[in-house]
Amino acid sequence: MIATLNLLIAVCLGYVALLFLVAFLAERAALRGRGAWLRSPVVYTLSLSIYCTAWTFYGAVGYAARAGLEYLTIYLGPTLVMIGWWWLLRKLVRIGRTQRLTSVADLVSSRYGKSPALAIFVTLIAAMGLMPYIALQLQSVTESFTTFARMDDSAMTLEDPRAIAFWVAAGLALFTILFGTRNLDANERHHGVVIAIAVEAVVKLFALLAVGVFVVWWVAGGVGPMLEKIDASPIRTWQMDGGRWAGLTILSAAAFLTLPRMFQVMVVENEDEGALRTASWAFPLYLMLMSLFVVPIAVVGLEMMPQGANPDMFVLSVPLSQGQDMLALLSFLGGFSSATSMVIVAAIALATMLSNHLVMPLWLRFTGGGAVISGDVRGVVIQARRISIISVMGFGYLYYRLSGGGTALASIGLVSFVGLAQVLPAMMGGIFWRGATRIGALVGLGIGFVLWLWCMLLPSLGEGSIIPAHVMAHGPFGMGWLRPYALFGIDGLDPLVHAILWTLLLNTAGFVLGSLVTFPTPLERLQGAQFVNVFQHSNNPQSWSGGIAQSEDLMVMAQRILGASEAQALFQDEAARQGLKGYLPEPTPDFLALLERRLSGSVGAATAHAMVGQIMGAATVSVEDLLAVADETAQMMEYSSQLETKSEELVRTARQLRAANEKLTKLSVQKDAFLSQISHELRTPMTSIRAFSEILRDLGLNPDEQKKYAGIIHDEAIRLTRLLDDLLDLSVLENGQVHLNVRSCVLAEVLDHAQAAAGAQDGTLRIRRRRISEEVMLTTDGDRLSQVFINLVANARKYCDASAPVLTISVRSDGAMLTVDFVDNGSGIPAEAQDMVFEKFSRVSDQKAGGAGLGLAICREIMARLGGSVGYLPGQGGGAFRVSIPIQGEVTMSQPASTQS
Amino acid sequence: MAMRPKSSPLFLERRSYRQRRLMDAARLMPILGATLWAVPLLWGDGGQGDAGARMSNSNAMVYIFGVWVVLVGLTMWVSLRLKDDSAEPPSTSPPRQGPPPGAAQ
Repeated sequence: MIATLNLLIAVCLGYVALLFLVAFLAERAALRGRGAWLRSPVVYTLSLSIYCTAWTFYGAVGYAARAGLEYLTIYLGPTLVMIGWWWLLRKLVRIGRTQRLTSVADLVSSRYGKSPALAIFVTLIAAMGLMPYIALQLQSVTESFTTFARMDDSAMTLEDPRAIAFWVAAGLALFTILFGTRNLDANERHHGVVIAIAVEAVVKLFALLAVGVFVVWWVAGGVGPMLEKIDASPIRTWQMDGGRWAGLTILSAAAFLTLPRMFQVMVVENEDEGALRTASWAFPLYLMLMSLFVVPIAVVGLEMMPQGANPDMFVLSVPLSQGQDMLALLSFLGGFSSATSMVIVAAIALATMLSNHLVMPLWLRFTGGGAVISGDVRGVVIQARRISIISVMGFGYLYYRLSGGGTALASIGLVSFVGLAQVLPAMMGGIFWRGATRIGALVGLGIGFVLWLWCMLLPSLGEGSIIPAHVMAHGPFGMGWLRPYALFGIDGLDPLVHAILWTLLLNTAGFVLGSLVTFPTPLERLQGAQFVNVFQHSNNPQSWSGGIAQSEDLMVMAQRILGASEAQALFQDEAARQGLKGYLPEPTPDFLALLERRLSGSVGAATAHAMVGQIMGAATVSVEDLLAVADETAQMMEYSSQLETKSEELVRTARQLRAANEKLTKLSVQKDAFLSQISHELRTPMTSIRAFSEILRDLGLNPDEQKKYAGIIHDEAIRLTRLLDDLLDLSVLENGQVHLNVRSCVLAEVLDHAQAAAGAQDGTLRIRRRRISEEVMLTTDGDRLSQVFINLVANARKYCDASAPVLTISVRSDGAMLTVDFVDNGSGIPAEAQDMVFEKFSRVSDQKAGGAGLGLAICREIMARLGGSVGYLPGQGGGAFRVSIPIQGEVTMSQPASTQS
Repeated sequence: MAMRPKSSPLFLERRSYRQRRLMDAARLMPILGATLWAVPLLWGDGGQGDAGARMSNSNAMVYIFGVWVVLVGLTMWVSLRLKDDSAEPPSTSPPRQGPPPGAAQ
């Protein structure tokens, strides 16, 4: 015998070291962003294989040896769930991703208004269901060791097989702590663990297939002889209780969805919904391969092994008895893989639940101020998880010690399954039924849990151990209808079917009734809509109303939970997104929802909600949220309000178009008018120039007359030149070719110059100014600016129709911009002309026409060049223009303003 | 309610029609599986009747695993052809884009 116990231990240690290495490399690759392959659908599918524990690897063969094909039900249920992925799993994964769920307890609690009570309840059920399951894994590893030891010729006996269980538990706790709690990932993902599990999945499948191939082709001699062997074996006929066949299939399907470890790999660790597409067929294939050779191995084991050999260990003992030590070693590694991968993930999942839903809330409560306490919460969370892992392992080990490890593997597993399946009604109801309420979920879970204890867990601990024998036979206090195996006096059911039937039936009934008669809180209704309609609105609009901005407190809290750098990056990103500088964004509802989701990755939804709530005050549900929650009527209203908005928008657009059209028409009329005007303007001086120059030429005039007529010709020529200058100036400005002479100047001086140049000293216009406010240094083109001012003052002089015209020039500064208002006391510009005065060739009153209507158009171009603006200021009791100038001149040379308007 | 506000178009073009039917197929898959695997319930519980009349486990295995293989194959076929979320929520179909004006000339 080569496979001595020492070799076995060495192989185990080597294998674990290999897993460490794989996990370590995967973590490092993920950290460096080279982890794309970690998210591949194949890895995802393989990670799902933790469904197949040592119970599958060893137990299925034992199950088959005892009960024929019944073991298949445990794999048919999950297969049905997987091939129905489009209907259920896709939704579950989407919900898990959008809500950042960390566990089954988190899912249920989140759905029902982030209820801490539900979270604790589910956590307790999961913990109770998991302890025996972990014990089962320890037991199977220990048994596989003893199987080897029994075959060991060196007669080295195991002094205490329990020591093995202890060391296995300790080793697994170490591994889990190392890779499961290294960091607090906001998404609660563990690349290292997942990849290690995928490796183990390959090992166990390969090992079981190898044993199967060996049994069918070496021992039995092919498929045909194998089938003959099956027909000749004690399990040759189909002997199935129909109730068990259906009940177990349903149960395993339910457990597949509610087992914390399955939720962990299926939803929490999922990084790509597309992976589900592959897993939908690949995982059923995996399950089929895992169960394909179970019956052949069982049949051959029954035939070859001595009476009384443990059928749970046939996978090991058959190769050993044939002298196939290497095959046995491989098979041993397969079983070891199955046990370890399950224990690791289950411990992580349960530790997350325990720390998020039990330890953290308690800790926050007992340390007083909750979110506002000092110290690093991250450290506490991680410590809580480590301690949780150690206690999960410890309790599993304790259970193993106490139960003595005697019961058949499969039955322990089924007790766990039924316990966890109690979560199913609340879970399914939460996903598909908006009317499900927190009270309903609590009632259902409570009923299911109590019945599970009474009908299944307590009796399974052994007849008479907790429930006395007479209670089993006659019911408590002689109430026969409460007998654990015959509730309501319905006798003769298989105890397992009995338990499945009554727990799930009454659980569901309680859940539905409780939901029907209670009324959910707004948060519940909101979350309900979020979960049920996850594909309609995948964003999360639960809202905190802003209230008093307390971003700094939020940041302090986030830093302690997410870590300083991550929290700062999150806050800075948000601030940048809101267009703010620095680290403190406005606490908008969106941001608070995002923050809460990030926090919930580390401490669970209920706790995160409570922590944000502590800083922000009570959460409120906004009107939009309520609209989203409310039923079809509200959706109709929302829809019709959308329609209304749209039609309003259309009306607005039409109005704008009409206005634009009117303006264009006016412009065209104006242009025509201008053309005739400009022809007139050009022709009048030209006519007089021609007439007077003819007089000069033809008639003999005395020098005085000559001088007079030449003066007239000169004046008219100047008038022509000015008109042409204006036109040229405007075209230069519009084309952006103007050269600006930017320098420092004082506003008062510019205004003085403008006042003088506009000819306002002649007393026709009184100008009111406040000199103190005008002592402002500007960096701009003073000449151009004064050109604008001249124009405005001259306009006031020309057009102000008051009997005693007064122009008030007031200056105000608001930081970067300086505004100069020119307000006169005339009748102002009529409303219909206000938007036209800055257009070229526009003149308000033809009769008073002094120029060609280019002045204000030039002003507008100049101000656009100077980085400011000039506009008409309505409602000032007279004609009023406002000029805005940047104090530190930003001269734009870009698009000419006229092309923008 | 007679009127649904977010009504989807009455008829779909061929491709999205195919997608819809594939989704139906994907949803029906577990029902097909459950039905096929419920057939063993008809084989009787083996409590009565002589051994010769009962289903042998080797035949049962061939049937159950045969169904398994068929289901895996069908699911694979359907899953790989299903587009991601193509019509969920009920498509607010994108505006139909005709050829650019003048393209036909």
